[in-house]
Amino acid sequence: MIDFVGKQRWFFLISWILVVIGIISLVISQIQIKSPLQLGIDFTGGTSMILQFSPAVEQSQLREEMAKLGYDEARIQGAGEGNFIIYTREITSAEARELADELGVELDSQVEIIDYYLVSGTVAAETARNAVIAVIIAAVAMLFYIVWAFRRMPKPFRWGTCAIIALIHDVFIIVGIFSILGWLAGVAIDALFITGLLAVVGYSINNTVVVFDRIRENVSRHIRPNFAEIVNDSLIETLGRCLNTALTTFFVLLALFLFGGATIYYFVLVLLLGVVIGTYSSICISSQLLVVWEKREWRTLLPFAKRTA
Amino acid sequence: MVYQADVSDIKPENKDEIMRGVKGVIERRINALGVTESTVEIQKQEGEYNIVIQIPGIADIEKAKEMVGLFTVLEFREQDEAGNWTPAIGMVTVNGEEKELFLSSRYFKENTYVDVQTARPLLLFEMDETGAQLFKQISTRLIGKHLAIFLGDEPLRGEDGHIIAPEVRAVIEDRGQIEGLSLVDAQDLSRVLNAGRIDVPLGRWVEGEFEPSVPLYERTVDATLGQDSIRKSIMAAVIGIVLLAVFMLAYYRLPGLVACLSLGIYGVVLLAIFKLVPVTLTLPGLAGFILSLGMAVDANVLIFERTKEELRGERSLGAAVEAGFNRAWTAIRDSNVTTFIACIVLFWLGGELGALMVRGFALTLFIGVALSMFTAIVITRTFLRLIIGSGVGKNLAAYGVTSVPTKRET
Repeated sequence: MIDFVGKQRWFFLISWILVVIGIISLVISQIQIKSPLQLGIDFTGGTSMILQFSPAVEQSQLREEMAKLGYDEARIQGAGEGNFIIYTREITSAEARELADELGVELDSQVEIIDYYLVSGTVAAETARNAVIAVIIAAVAMLFYIVWAFRRMPKPFRWGTCAIIALIHDVFIIVGIFSILGWLAGVAIDALFITGLLAVVGYSINNTVVVFDRIRENVSRHIRPNFAEIVNDSLIETLGRCLNTALTTFFVLLALFLFGGATIYYFVLVLLLGVVIGTYSSICISSQLLVVWEKREWRTLLPFAKRTA
Repeated sequence: MVYQADVSDIKPENKDEIMRGVKGVIERRINALGVTESTVEIQKQEGEYNIVIQIPGIADIEKAKEMVGLFTVLEFREQDEAGNWTPAIGMVTVNGEEKELFLSSRYFKENTYVDVQTARPLLLFEMDETGAQLFKQISTRLIGKHLAIFLGDEPLRGEDGHIIAPEVRAVIEDRGQIEGLSLVDAQDLSRVLNAGRIDVPLGRWVEGEFEPSVPLYERTVDATLGQDSIRKSIMAAVIGIVLLAVFMLAYYRLPGLVACLSLGIYGVVLLAIFKLVPVTLTLPGLAGFILSLGMAVDANVLIFERTKEELRGERSLGAAVEAGFNRAWTAIRDSNVTTFIACIVLFWLGGELGALMVRGFALTLFIGVALSMFTAIVITRTFLRLIIGSGVGKNLAAYGVTSVPTKRET
């Protein structure tokens, strides 16, 4: 028998550490680069140019060369007959000329710049903000459904609230990790990052509801008088399912992460982190919060607080 | 496709904002369903603006142009005493601010249509809030006079070559009608009015002349991911799915095999639906797909774990499978309904707020989860019942249960 509930102080401590590190990183990043996260060209805009190669080169070769020259964020689209549309960070036309020349030397081809433009971001700031609003409203709708689904339980509102707290926890930790990656490794977030977070939200809530379902069943069967014990039993009973589901999803994602190529690398990383953290939070955060709420031992939430007798 | 914008009539400080509005209009036009995830981009150089539109999944450029529609703005003009046509101007309050505006197609709702039920065709239109204020003032002032419709500096002419200049017969506010047009003229006018709800004309400049609705240039481009990355991703996905199958087989044995079969069916049906809808499988869509695949596996895992528990509780095989399904149901229902609710909210708000990438994700996830519920509950169950009914695989070891003394079905 694993005593999950007994270790809840450790779980909360771990989560606090992760969340606080995330906040510190967001602040540092805000000071250093004037933005809590390193933003990619989807948000900031950049340069769009069309290069013509004669003889034509392979897209994969071009992508490799661009990465070698320090343009690893560049997005490259073939436009036929040796033409490539390249989106990259904002560079001057002189820099673009230089880049074209270097590419020509490396790839052994004549390079012409056919078109050179500064472009707006494809994702406007308000679009990103609206996506966040949509997610918040979706979270409220989910909260209501969970409250309704658990209406036969005493105090159904708690269940919904705990599930949503776990969800916010998951999203926050991932944003924090990407903020750290942003100023350590220059990882920039793009439109896909937002989509990845959406998937994390879906996964997190799904997992929590499955665990809560088992707690609900065990509560209504009255097998034990103590709520904490019921929660612990339920966690052990659903552990097999949680790990198996997480593992199977993890396999698919890991394969995509290792072999999927650079374009979707960080996108898949978001999903991978989401699976790990989403599974962790449904066992170690949302369910534990229910126990804390039931016992009203709010001090357990605080790290280093003295143990209540 | 690249269009140039005719921003000559717009104050410099408003240009950025207006171009953002135009971008929104185009996005909404293309993404009526919200599944194509086109990108619309503003290019800016020395005060000139270009709009770059990419629509994935459509190789036929004519079809793409049709989706994008026309970018003309029609102006309504009145005749002054000298007989010259001058813009019909009115004072309106927009967002609490008083402004002088001229009546144009940008204030027409995109639901103008021609009523052919009547003896002579009627063109029916509705105005938005600003347009209603504007039209009320202008029509009150101009009763008994004519309003002509101009494209640039040229008045629109009917089939017979006459200027289309209907007489104002009544005060027009939020809706109105134009009569006395020939059928062809009415249909043409309704088409251009519907396309004209845009703040700046888009098209191209040719030697100082502006040609509306004609792209500066157009070409078919490859996917952003590139063929090389797509191949890699598909290979990776195949490796991942094989790993998944091996795991399911090793851990759940016979039911694992059943799960693999029903997941196979799930995958095929899902691809068929994507082909039908038609969803262009872009990366956000891919995210929805992977997540729904995870949930499909999850539904099976939930059922099998429950069945195992029941078997350990020394139930007969048939009863354990049925109990496993019944008791896993509440978990599957509640977790999936929560996901559905999130999808519906995201799809709806994604459209309302113009966050279209959210929409594609929500739609693919919804379809995927709905289908995964069906495969787990119906297909997996039918397979398992068939196997139990046929008497094959009665050995409980085949179900991954070894921890209790094996008890044969009685």
